[in-house]
Amino acid sequence: MAEATLPHDMPAAYEPSLFGTYSKKIGMWLFLLSDSLTFGALLYAYSYGRISTPNWPTPFHSESIVNATIMTAFLLTSSLTMVLAVRAAVDKDAKAQRLWLLATMACGLGFVILHGREWSKLIAEGLTLPVFPAVPGHSASGEFVNVARTVPQFAATFFALTGLHMLHVTLGVVYLGVVALRRNFIPILLVLWLAAWLGTPAYSPFHYAAHVLLATAVVCAFILWLKPKVYDSSDVEVAGLYWHFVDLVWMFIFPLVYLMSARIY
Amino acid sequence: MEPFQQAIAERVAEQHRHHGKAQFFWVWGVLLVLTAIEVYLTYQNLQPLRMLTILMSLSLVKAALIIGFFMHMKYEVSRMKWLTMSAVAACLALMMIFFPDAFRILSVGVK
Repeated sequence: MAEATLPHDMPAAYEPSLFGTYSKKIGMWLFLLSDSLTFGALLYAYSYGRISTPNWPTPFHSESIVNATIMTAFLLTSSLTMVLAVRAAVDKDAKAQRLWLLATMACGLGFVILHGREWSKLIAEGLTLPVFPAVPGHSASGEFVNVARTVPQFAATFFALTGLHMLHVTLGVVYLGVVALRRNFIPILLVLWLAAWLGTPAYSPFHYAAHVLLATAVVCAFILWLKPKVYDSSDVEVAGLYWHFVDLVWMFIFPLVYLMSARIY
Repeated sequence: MEPFQQAIAERVAEQHRHHGKAQFFWVWGVLLVLTAIEVYLTYQNLQPLRMLTILMSLSLVKAALIIGFFMHMKYEVSRMKWLTMSAVAACLALMMIFFPDAFRILSVGVK
C-alpha cells in the first residue's frame, strides 16, 4: 500500500479514504457529478420542450452534420491525447507531457473554432436570438428565419446547450494551458483574447464573449502568482477528468441536438 | 516538490502502471466507429423514436467507455464506482419523473 512510502510525521496521510483515492480527485469527481446535473437539467428541459412542441423543426442539412461530426472527432482525439498526457506525467516524461497537453489544447481549440464558425453561419442565416445583434448586409435564408419565428425554443435550446458546452471547452483549454505552461501561459492567453476580440466583427456574439478569456487570464494570474506550485501527475490526472467530462457531455449533445434535428433527403 | 505531494504522485503512478497504452487507442477507435454508425444512421432517415432509442443506447455505451477507461473509473475501488455512479443516476432519474407531462402537454394542445 502507499502508506509504506510515506514518512511517519504526517498522520493525516494514514487515514483511509472512503473512496480509496486522493482528495483532489474526489473533489473533481464531486464537481463533475454536479456539473453533469447542470447539463442533465438543460438536456431534460430541451427534451421536454421538444416532446411537447408538435412542430419542432429539424433544419440541419448534411453540411451541419458533417461539421458536427468533425467536431466530435476533434473532441474524441483530444480525449486520447489527454490520456497520453496523464501517462507521460506518470512516467515523469515532462517533454511528452507538455506536448500531449498542447495537442489536447489544439484539438479543443479546433472544436471551438469550428463551433464558432457554425454559430456565425446559423446567425447569419436567420437562426438567432433577440439578444444577438443583426448581421448587416446578409439576407437570411427563409428556412432558418421561419424556424426562429415559429419555434423560438429551437434557437434558445440550441444556443444555450451548445453555448454552455463551448464555454466549458474554452475554460478546459485554459485549465490545461495553466497546467502545461504555468506562468508562460498568461501572455499566450492575452494574445488569444486579443485575437478573439479583434478578429471577430462587432455584430458577432463572440466579439463580446472573447472577454471571458481576459477574465480567465486575470484569475489564472492571481492563482499562479499567489499560489505557485509544481503541477505533478495528480494535477494532470485531475485536469484530465475535467476534459473527459467535457467530451462525455458532447456524446449526449451531438446525437440529441444535431442528429435528431437532421434534414437529409 | 513537498513530500506529501510526492507521495500522492507516487500513488497516481501505482494506479496507472497496471495497464499499457494500447487500450486507450482501442477505446478511441471504438468511440470513432460508434460515432460513424450514429452518423450513418442519420442518413438513413429512421423513425424518430427508433432513432432516439438507438442513439441513446450508443451514447450510454460511449459514456461507459469514456468513464471506465479514459476517466480511469474501471480501476477505482468498488465503493467509489457504486457511490458516484448511483448518485448521479438517481438524481437524473428524479429529474425524468416529469417526462410524461410533456406528452400530456402535447395532447392538451394550444388555445
